[in-house]
Amino acid sequence: MTDAAVYTQDPDSHEEHHGPEHGFKRWLFTTNHKDIGTLYLFFSFIMMFVAGAMALLVRVELFEPGKVLLNPEYFNQMTTMHGLIMVFGVIMPAMAGLANWLIPLMIGAPDMALPRLNNWSFWLLPFAFAMLISTLFMSGPAPDFGWTFYAPLSTTYGPKSTDFFIFSIHLMGASSILAALNIVVTIFNMRAPSMAWMKLPLFVWSWLVTAFLLLAVMPVLAGCVTMMLMDRHFHTSFFNAAGGGDPLLFQHVFWFFGHPEVYILILPGFGVISAIIPTFARKPLFGYRFMVYATAVIAILGFVVWMHHMFTTGAPIAAQLYFMYATMLIAVPTGIKVFNWVATIFKGSLTFETPMLFALGFLVMFTLGGFSGLMVALVPSDYQYRDSYFVVAHFHYVLVSGSLFTIIAGVYYWLPKWTGQMYNERLGQLHFWLTTIGMNVTFLPMHFLGLAGMPRRIPDYALQFTDFNQICTVGAFIFGFSQLIFLYIILKASFGKRTYQVSNQVWEGATGLEWTLPSPVPYHTFETAPVVP
Amino acid sequence: MFQWISRLVLFIVIFLFTFTAYAVSGINLPYGVTPTSREIYDLHMACFYICCVIGTLVFSILIYSLIKHRKSKGATAVHFHEHLGLEIVWTVIPFLILIGLAIPATIVLKHIHNTDRSALTIKVTGYQWKWKYEYLDQGISFFSNLSTPQDQILNNAPKGKWFLLEVDNPMVVPVNTKVKLLVTADDVVHAWWVPELGVKQDAIPGFVNENWFYADKIGTYRGQCGELCGINHGFMPIVVQVVSQVDFDKWVKLHRPNAGNEANQTLTMKPLSEKELMILGKAQYDKSCGMCHQATGLGLPPSFPPLKRSRVVTGPLDGSIAFVLTGVPGTAMQAFGQQLNNKEMAGVITYIRHAWGNDKIIINHKQPIIVQPSDIERVRRKNL
Ligand code: HEC
Ligand SMILES: [Cu+2]
Ligand SMILES: [Cu+2]
Repeated sequence: MTDAAVYTQDPDSHEEHHGPEHGFKRWLFTTNHKDIGTLYLFFSFIMMFVAGAMALLVRVELFEPGKVLLNPEYFNQMTTMHGLIMVFGVIMPAMAGLANWLIPLMIGAPDMALPRLNNWSFWLLPFAFAMLISTLFMSGPAPDFGWTFYAPLSTTYGPKSTDFFIFSIHLMGASSILAALNIVVTIFNMRAPSMAWMKLPLFVWSWLVTAFLLLAVMPVLAGCVTMMLMDRHFHTSFFNAAGGGDPLLFQHVFWFFGHPEVYILILPGFGVISAIIPTFARKPLFGYRFMVYATAVIAILGFVVWMHHMFTTGAPIAAQLYFMYATMLIAVPTGIKVFNWVATIFKGSLTFETPMLFALGFLVMFTLGGFSGLMVALVPSDYQYRDSYFVVAHFHYVLVSGSLFTIIAGVYYWLPKWTGQMYNERLGQLHFWLTTIGMNVTFLPMHFLGLAGMPRRIPDYALQFTDFNQICTVGAFIFGFSQLIFLYIILKASFGKRTYQVSNQVWEGATGLEWTLPSPVPYHTFETAPVVP
Repeated sequence: MFQWISRLVLFIVIFLFTFTAYAVSGINLPYGVTPTSREIYDLHMACFYICCVIGTLVFSILIYSLIKHRKSKGATAVHFHEHLGLEIVWTVIPFLILIGLAIPATIVLKHIHNTDRSALTIKVTGYQWKWKYEYLDQGISFFSNLSTPQDQILNNAPKGKWFLLEVDNPMVVPVNTKVKLLVTADDVVHAWWVPELGVKQDAIPGFVNENWFYADKIGTYRGQCGELCGINHGFMPIVVQVVSQVDFDKWVKLHRPNAGNEANQTLTMKPLSEKELMILGKAQYDKSCGMCHQATGLGLPPSFPPLKRSRVVTGPLDGSIAFVLTGVPGTAMQAFGQQLNNKEMAGVITYIRHAWGNDKIIINHKQPIIVQPSDIERVRRKNL
């Protein structure tokens, strides 16, 4: 720390256990895992409203056949940005926020292993997204080639702003890699001495596996966008058929990143659910060992199934068969997880506070998404589903439940621990029901649209698709606007006057190191390692 | 509160179901008119029913617990948390179910991959944003464009029955014939998808993918491009007309290039009046150029430049013609020389030189506005 920084510090904070600095500098220079977790979560929350608003614009355009609001060019920008921001700007940062807050608390560590790096990996993000979103205000179109940015649509035919997109992906990738490194190092080195591997909470296990996935595939994504950059400006032809390149190479590279990415998005969520369900069932998690193994198996299989996104590209039958079988196999460990959660609930002593409601919503909707996942794994059927609304329905069922619901569940669950404030249970329940109803009204009809033949990513459609699209749009508005309740709850818990005291344990059935700490958690915790029971 | 909410949920579910039943036609895959589409349908339904059975099982146990094992009903937790036997059961049973699904899927897939013994081969090329069909043995080749008028899309006219699913020149194939498709693309990735034929095949530049269908029912089948290919991805439908062999033969005769070619050629070379050229040109412009350069001639800059007051359009005649004939490689501006004949080209160029006040600029420069098919032919020769 420089001298100047020392002088500007609050004089009271010169004791050993000082509190945070005040004002903007606290957040800019912080190396405290709790502050950084908070930054990640708020960042993700803001981005959620941005990307959500884009989704609503898309739904408005699709309310009726014919042009409603957006021209096709702007429509494509909205679908693209919605996807990119939701994946990279909402879900990944929110999961990283949970990791930052919780991993040190759960393993009995005073902080993350590499606190300065931690600061940097967060602060890369606002710049990355400022760069990405700035393309919307440039004179040419913003990225408009879908979040999958297939070449050559994004290279030879991409708008000028694609270069901004490429650099922002680089920044996001660097941020994720650094965060993942930090998490791996923390979990390996910073556990309390008595925290054996097989005592680790599943959230920590899931994040450990996720961090390895990130380390493996984010560089691939970086390579992918770098090749795009080369093709666009340095006369290479990686993806340009006219120059002897191979547009399919792009898809291979992209999906080699893209499939593990979906596990990056949901595995930490599995960890959150594995914490919440036992608490509200007042019963330990069923089959802990198998849950750990299943997580690892899902991750490993995740590396060898990428071509299931490319069944219609003219792949040879041998490749199609292999990738179909491998993909179907993932249903086994995923099934184990679902069955174990149900077994945990079975013969428990259940209560239904908001975190539990979201966990149950996850369980049901994720299972439904898993079913449609099994269907799209079958190559012949996939010929009909591929790039139709059926796929849109499928991945929103798994991602909205597997990521968004689990994040929300986790926030409700740990919010009293973080802030010392209990949220309003009635409002929480209202939020859950509106979100669940909205989500299903939005995405259930999309299955039917896809089966009836509506392609995804079209700004306008034939008359026969009108009814379901109107239902979807109504659902989307319920879904979107009910998040304002969440906003209110969070702001109230974070900034409102403290009304009543929350106990250390908060929830009757909660177990784990974080629940031994006072609520709200002090700024510095576990400076001496706790003893794990 | 809880009761109120469950009533609301029930209401919404019932509403959705009745709405579905009465108001909406398509909620499932079409059974289709080809053997493969039907096999796919059966596989799809089989998988769906299996999922229903598993879902019913899992959800009944879940719902049973949620009702019976509530703390508010005095349930106390039973502390079991491990059971190797159970874990093995729910590892092995799903595995067996998956094998049961993989077998029929493999059989269907083998069938789909059998492109042997086709009687007709059509090369399908995706362009931004239209399809080109080439009947390799018959020597017939044409483009298939969206034919829904812009007015319907912009809500200035009532929408027709096949809004966005209609084209000017459909693919025509004989019934009960194995048709082989060779699918590729000229610019970006597209996908040729007709649900009722059970075919979706990506069209990728630099690759020629094979696929096939055998339609056994006469009729018109519609589909759309299935891979995001740019701004007008939603506006490049596919229409396949399955006709009797007799009708197909008639169609071939009519469209074979050497049939009446001579007459055709002279017809397309005949000089036309200014009025004729403008009518022809406007129609052709709306069809071939309007989606990018817009009916207003203002384009969608910076992706698509305006043609109003464009240097190229208002410059020397031969330059204008040559530009549109050859396009700009590597951009969305294609070489229209291959797509339009001399007469159509003459109409389009006349139209763009006339419209949006371009004529005034051209007259100022003392250049001709009217373009005749013979001019096009001259520039074509020169550029060869
Ligand atoms: C798929 C979109 C698309 C279609 C369809 C299209 N163009 Fe273009 N056009 C372009 C693009 C992109 C450019 C800019 C090319 C460049 O980079 O110079 C362009 C440029 C032009 C220009 C030069 C304008 C200038 O001032 O530089 C003319 C003239 C033109 N087009 C005429 C036509 C005509 C006539 C048609 C119909 C037969 C047509 N275009 C159809 C996309 C299209
Ligand atoms: Cu995948
Ligand atoms: Cu397309």
